[in-house]
Amino acid sequence: MRSLLLVLPLLIPLSTAVLGLLIRRKPHLQRVLATAGAGLLLTSGLGLLVSVQQGGIHTVQIGAWPAPFGITLAADLFSAIMVVLTGLIGLAVVLYSLGSIDPQRERFGYYPLVHILLLGVCGAFLTGDIFNLYVWFEVMLISSFVLMALGGERAQLEGAIKYVTLNLMSSALFLVAVGVLYGIAGTLNMADLSKTLRSTPHPDLAMAPAMLLLIAFGIKAAIFPLFFWLPASYHTPPVAVSALFAGLLTKVGVYAMIRVFTLLFNPQAHGIDLIILVASGLTMITGVLGAVAQNEFRRILSFHIISQIGYMIMGLGLFTPISLAGSIFYIAHHIIVKTNLFLISGLVFRLQGSYHLKDLGGLYRKHPGLAALFLTPALSLAGIPPLSGFWAKLILVKAGLEVQQYLIVAVSLIVSFLTLFSMLKIWNEAFWKSAPEEHLTSLPQGNRLALLLPVLGLATITVWISLVPETLFSLSEQAAQQLVDPTEYIRRTLGD
Amino acid sequence: MDVVLAIAVGGLYAAGLYMMMRRSIVKLIIGLGLLSHASNLLIFTMGRLIRGRPPLIAPGAEALAEPYADPLPQALILTAIVIGFGVQAFAVVLIKRVYEIVGTDDLDQMKRTDEL
Repeated sequence: MRSLLLVLPLLIPLSTAVLGLLIRRKPHLQRVLATAGAGLLLTSGLGLLVSVQQGGIHTVQIGAWPAPFGITLAADLFSAIMVVLTGLIGLAVVLYSLGSIDPQRERFGYYPLVHILLLGVCGAFLTGDIFNLYVWFEVMLISSFVLMALGGERAQLEGAIKYVTLNLMSSALFLVAVGVLYGIAGTLNMADLSKTLRSTPHPDLAMAPAMLLLIAFGIKAAIFPLFFWLPASYHTPPVAVSALFAGLLTKVGVYAMIRVFTLLFNPQAHGIDLIILVASGLTMITGVLGAVAQNEFRRILSFHIISQIGYMIMGLGLFTPISLAGSIFYIAHHIIVKTNLFLISGLVFRLQGSYHLKDLGGLYRKHPGLAALFLTPALSLAGIPPLSGFWAKLILVKAGLEVQQYLIVAVSLIVSFLTLFSMLKIWNEAFWKSAPEEHLTSLPQGNRLALLLPVLGLATITVWISLVPETLFSLSEQAAQQLVDPTEYIRRTLGD
Repeated sequence: MDVVLAIAVGGLYAAGLYMMMRRSIVKLIIGLGLLSHASNLLIFTMGRLIRGRPPLIAPGAEALAEPYADPLPQALILTAIVIGFGVQAFAVVLIKRVYEIVGTDDLDQMKRTDEL
């Protein structure tokens, strides 16, 4: 039963994608299948989370090859939380796609591609083998490449070139790091690597793959100064795709970084934690300053992804149990809020036909409900109490003060003010000021539900996290405990 | 042999990065291809090169006699080649589409998405 729970988050999207490709010419069936698949993925993720919380870390040796020779799947709490979030975002985006993706994209396999992407993301979260992690990254990347370019509009293709190039570059570096790690340690199983690297006679040699991995995952996570592909490409595809990417893809990079720098390498040796902290501060600042200069709804949001990545990395750089818990809390809060903001930008586009702030306006008067829906995640992103972003930042600030890293704490507080400024800019321009011309339309009747349901659902979850932060916080705390002390992970994986 | 391969890997990286920094998207793709070949060769070299000692247990023996060639890097490279092949194929189709739609192969002309 346990091993089934661990494999289901991979089997469900895989079979959904395969079936979806088989019924490519029947759009109605495809939609039903895609929704059901995403719903099942979320359910299986929740099942895994409950089971991991009660029974500790789960592992499966694929093909019954004993670790470290075969491929191991392992789920600790952090993985399980991430799988649940993947299912949640998958479901929200598929629902939103039902009402927003054009028939042509549907015919060219939009839904199967989404599920292959979800498969890659879940695989990356669940694998316990570093080469297998590379393979899952590639699964995720190739489907994201196609989703990015699907439709072939000029902006999409220009964005895709940059996205593809930098992500392939990062894959090459990742592959090299895996090769060097194998050369040093003679194993690819992450638990086994953790043991071997701790007792290696050449700890300095392990710095080379550590830095390569930092850069490879840094590109995927869009940290300073490796983030330029993100604002150049995330606003080009249809908004459902943007929302999916914004919610999940960079966070896979952050996840991999946290996994590698807690399990494989000790960041406090050789000053890696300082590098990460400096990068995190600069990521926050450049991201938020980049957003200030923008006037396009989705580009502002894209730059805010970057600045928020800084907060997640900050928890890793501080490297205390509470700061890692802060990172995990932040990731969960951010995935929900950011996806929701992108979906709302899509609704605004539906109503006014533009993403440019100067063409927008008057939405508050016409659609006060939508305005409230925007304010919830927007203020949460900025960290206004009592919303979820406030709790996330509070934990990180507290963790920073505990280890006397005042500079990064100051930076994080200033950046959250600037975030508020730029959220208010969107508010003023799109919602508050009067409409430039009276061309407000209403949402199309037929697919109104599909468009509004995911936005409402995600906003409800944000409010729930805001009002009852203890649930998520205690989960994050337990997950962080497992990360700080990997002995249990190693014992369960290698089985001795 | 290790030294020769190390130089080859370094040369491939240099050539790949040089090609990637050119303005033409065709050269960009060639650069990416060279980069992935360099990575594959590097894994091959990191697995330690041992000639003429396949990892086969001799008749009558119980275990492998040292030294023997490690088969795992080759399995890794094989996987990486297959992935690289698929990605390259996609990239080639992508640049063809880009050339058709944008009408140029100059990367400096493709900054519309970055304009304010």
